[in-house]
Amino acid sequence: MNRRDFLKNSITVIAGLAVPLSALELISPRKLLATKGDESPVRWAFLVDTQACVGCGFCVKACKTENEIPHETNITRTWVERYVVTRKGKTYVDSPRGARDGFTTDRIDQGEEGFREVKAEEIEKAFFVPKLCNQCDNPACVQVCPVGATYQTPDGVVLVDRKHCIGCAYCIMACPYGVRSFNPAYKTAEKCTFCYHRISQGMKTACVDACPFGARKIGNLRDPDDPVTKTIMSGRVGVLKEQYGTKPQVYYLALSREVK
Amino acid sequence: MGNHVWRPLYIAVALIALVLVARTFLVPKDFGIHERGYMYGWHRKGNEAEWKAVTVKYRTAASCKACHEDKAESLARTPHGIISCENCHGPALNHPDDPPTLTIDRSRKLCLRCHAALTTPTSGRASIAGINPETHNPEAECTLCHDPHNPVIREALAKSHEEAGVHGASERGNEAYPLVR
Repeated sequence: MNRRDFLKNSITVIAGLAVPLSALELISPRKLLATKGDESPVRWAFLVDTQACVGCGFCVKACKTENEIPHETNITRTWVERYVVTRKGKTYVDSPRGARDGFTTDRIDQGEEGFREVKAEEIEKAFFVPKLCNQCDNPACVQVCPVGATYQTPDGVVLVDRKHCIGCAYCIMACPYGVRSFNPAYKTAEKCTFCYHRISQGMKTACVDACPFGARKIGNLRDPDDPVTKTIMSGRVGVLKEQYGTKPQVYYLALSREVK
Repeated sequence: MGNHVWRPLYIAVALIALVLVARTFLVPKDFGIHERGYMYGWHRKGNEAEWKAVTVKYRTAASCKACHEDKAESLARTPHGIISCENCHGPALNHPDDPPTLTIDRSRKLCLRCHAALTTPTSGRASIAGINPETHNPEAECTLCHDPHNPVIREALAKSHEEAGVHGASERGNEAYPLVR
């Protein structure tokens, strides 16, 4: 081998090594173009009224039953948090079993630290905040999936393909809201689907139907006459952890600054 | 170039070809880039239909009303009218075919979800009639005295207040149930 051949071959090999395996999948520009432009007529969004929530936990119970989440495990697709803020500015948060059985005692469950009792006269404010998947427009959980098992539907709901999920839990780590969990029965990632089977046939989610106080509502952002859309567009609503850039689509009325 | 270069190269090329061939068989036909683009829409399209096919368990109060209209109407006149039937009666599924009868949750625990008194001054909970579960007939089932379908007889309540000399109803004010919508 002379010097010229050696250099030629080296360049070929280096160029070849530079092509990663994924580049061998041909992406047709037409396919990519098709993904732009034609907007879905539906974009699901959720509205939570924290003022109306009384912490009964009927939503959590209904969600677990509707979506066949093992009742006795601590995993749940939606949960209710209680915030107790003292006059001295301390904030205590609890959500025993995700509030599956509601809140029935003033003692605040602090996990390993046991229960904390805050005297009534020390409480500045105390309220409940329901939480569920924010169905973000920029879902961090989807980006990290190595196998294409989690994705966003055209109408904005993030779902998990249980047949493709390998249970690596990257998405559980990536979600800034902690809404994902690991389903012990399927051994896959578990998350709120906005009750996709219900909303896609004109029903409301199980949690919305179970809430006696109208604290939870679901609507279509692309429909300007939808009452939920009207509230989101013209009402004073907040979202959780806006600074993460995930563009969450669960909007909160009367969101307090203590709520993270 | 000698054999020592080509042979491993052949193996590498063969391996890549093998992976590509296996891929065409193993990856489902509908797996690819869909509406939400390469970053968020890379998935198996058929899975969307799988999620849509999940069985609906809670049929909503409106469907209960189709047969139990009398119950629904009388309940609607009480403060408990805001509660979905299935919250206490359980998910209807395919009732009345399957299950023919629903399991009613009459437990104290169920009532306490709303009626355990909590110190939550800035939430709607503060305006719901609450009891201390440890002192308010702890052993008894609520349904022994209270009818869940007609929890408050407003006239009787007003009369008892009048007799006790309470004006403006209880400490919760005139609006005993401001949350009823």
